[in-house]
Amino acid sequence: MASSVIDDAPVGLADAPARNINMIEAINDALDIMLGHDPTVIIMGEDVGYFGGVFRATAGLQEKYGKTRVFDTPISECGIIGAAVGMGAYGLRPVPEIQFADYIYPGMDQLISEAARLRYRSAGEFIAPMTVRSPFGGGIFGGQTHSQSPESLFTHVAGLKTVIPSTPYDAKGLLIAAIEDNDPVIFFEPKRIYNGPFSGYYDKPVEPWKTHPDSKVPEGYYSIPLGKARTVRQGDALTVLTYGTMVHVTAAVCREKGVDAEIIDLRTLVPLDIEAIEASVEKTGRCLIVHEATRTSGFGAELSALVTERCFYHLEAPVERVTGFDTPYPHSLEWAYFPGPVRIGEALDKILEA
Amino acid sequence: MANGSDGTGQAGHNRPALSFHVPEPKFRPGDAVDFSDLKITQAGAQARPDETCPAIDTAPLANDLIRVLGEDNRAHGPWDPKLDPDTLRRMLSVMALTRAFDERMYRGQRQGKTSFYMKCTGEEATSVAAAMALAADDMVFPSYRQQGILLARGYPLIEMINQIYSNRGDKLKGRQLPIMYSSRAHSFFTISGNLATQTPQAVGWAMASAMRGDSRIAATWVGEGSTAEGDFHAACLFATVYNAPVILNVVNNQWAISSFSGFAGGERATFAARGVGYGIASLRVDGNDALACYAAEQWAANRARANAGPTLIEHFSYRAEGHSTSDDPSQYRSAQERSEWPLGDPVMRLKNHLIAMGEWDEERQEKLDLDSAEQVKAATKEAEKNGILGHGLHHPFHTMFEDVFEELPWHLEEQAAQAIREREIKWPAA
Repeated sequence: MASSVIDDAPVGLADAPARNINMIEAINDALDIMLGHDPTVIIMGEDVGYFGGVFRATAGLQEKYGKTRVFDTPISECGIIGAAVGMGAYGLRPVPEIQFADYIYPGMDQLISEAARLRYRSAGEFIAPMTVRSPFGGGIFGGQTHSQSPESLFTHVAGLKTVIPSTPYDAKGLLIAAIEDNDPVIFFEPKRIYNGPFSGYYDKPVEPWKTHPDSKVPEGYYSIPLGKARTVRQGDALTVLTYGTMVHVTAAVCREKGVDAEIIDLRTLVPLDIEAIEASVEKTGRCLIVHEATRTSGFGAELSALVTERCFYHLEAPVERVTGFDTPYPHSLEWAYFPGPVRIGEALDKILEA
Repeated sequence: MANGSDGTGQAGHNRPALSFHVPEPKFRPGDAVDFSDLKITQAGAQARPDETCPAIDTAPLANDLIRVLGEDNRAHGPWDPKLDPDTLRRMLSVMALTRAFDERMYRGQRQGKTSFYMKCTGEEATSVAAAMALAADDMVFPSYRQQGILLARGYPLIEMINQIYSNRGDKLKGRQLPIMYSSRAHSFFTISGNLATQTPQAVGWAMASAMRGDSRIAATWVGEGSTAEGDFHAACLFATVYNAPVILNVVNNQWAISSFSGFAGGERATFAARGVGYGIASLRVDGNDALACYAAEQWAANRARANAGPTLIEHFSYRAEGHSTSDDPSQYRSAQERSEWPLGDPVMRLKNHLIAMGEWDEERQEKLDLDSAEQVKAATKEAEKNGILGHGLHHPFHTMFEDVFEELPWHLEEQAAQAIREREIKWPAA
């Protein structure tokens, strides 16, 4: 892990001045801090410069740091990732934005065959210390090309790290850690919860982040190590393994149903915090996996296999998965597709009755 | 479909039938070869614009063929780089060494010392002469047939052979297919087996150099067949958008394995002409003319260093041998092509030029060839002490899991332990 570039980090984060901000503001803050502290950090992507990004994640950064550090790119994900590989080889630490995760596919060869393999194939002579930021997931009526959750395409690739925050606090700390990391990191931002946590009830008003405890974000530098899960809630009835938007949906459903769940927010899918998973499942004896991505070969399949392989004799019920359906993300039937309270509730009942 | 009320076309049966075009090379195995329709320009006849000219001013050169060495073996015209005899002799010696190296490594593969090899016979000038026109610390992003760059930059032969043999001395730890070299110390980027991926990377490196106010430029090489990849077009686009200090070398050796250049669009336009559409200065040179290759690369390097932007250079050449040791070109092209190729052999042409200058003779050439072969032979013997592919386990098994990430996560440590356990079962004596 790269050491921090900042020596004057607050000793106790709890004592640092903090403010309640949403996830976009937290991401912007992390980018601002890293641009300020490390001259090799650069940001590029479609509409990220003067305009500040379609989700405003880079708002004000070009004005503050100039066009050499923060600039727009052609609509060419292959070019964006390919150029970032070359910049990394030069010694920069590029933070490209892919406007939607759904748009990342033209850059896949550059990610899979190049960025992920540089260190290995050159035996450490060349590395690709890039962080690819990209909004992912549905729940905003984005249709099939603005809603996908393609994380398992990346977790399947040797040499890529995949990080998914679920709160403003984590988004800032994890993004700083990702940028400082010397390996390529895919940083998927659950866009449904950019502006507030989500209960899964699309017809209820959006709850803003400012009322949520994890929106209290310390000012200045801090980082959260990659590969460490977060226990959202301790409980004894079962373990829920989840990440991103579904952390909040699952928590709301468990609250509503009065289920004493231990909810683990994985935060990093690769490398995975296997110790936290094993410890929790061994304690509860039951395991539910929840993600929004399609089911077949989704990351839940990997989690299910790992839990079965490593915790089988502690299990009192089969491992269950709640996922999106194996269809493209439909536009009008978005809320029929989304793995919301009904699907999660059924799975909870099934696993607890077993 | 044009029958509806919105269409302006006529009903289907009145229209002529469409025909489908599939490109076909002029000559197949057994055919008599006649290259007389190839437009071979007169050496020295091409204008040399100022390096900082608007890109569009190079458009005529994208459809011409810049040549310096004439039939008389003399250098002609404004593109003559006017190199001193010592530099020319060095160029010749590196090209001869490249050829000798290829011969020996090809033989080594046939003898079972490694799995794979790729020669660059007939294309030596496109890498050696071009590399000599760059500074030693300009970053190169080569494809797989630019071993001449490493030799021009003084990379030790034994390092190359260790890599080809994937042996104990291979600093890439036996991970890469033979000839996929990497040497940061020689500003030589790690070669990918995926095609054209290095082109946008070279542009990104050049952009970074410009962002940081550096003075180094980047150059990349790609085959004409691989220009079909989207990566190449992304590279051209980023190069022109950011006016990147980069040189895009397209080595048009006519063949991509068995597919002739027509399958990359070569039937209707030159490869240099693609640069024109992007607003990139574009030159088309005789790739078997070492002086022309040098001069074009030097022009492009000067342009990049003057912040005047990127250059695309098409090196028009011929792949004299198979694509690789896994290829048999007699199955798809006429054997006569090589002997009839109208632009000759780059090593012979440079040699004849030096002789015409009174700076070289056949006797010295013979000695050079002999010395090159001896040098390669000695390095090969030395490398073989480190082992050859398939004979022995040259690398500790744990190295298989290193460098996937900077640090090994738990799952790779677990898998490494398994591999090491398996080793004791599979190879108990090793």
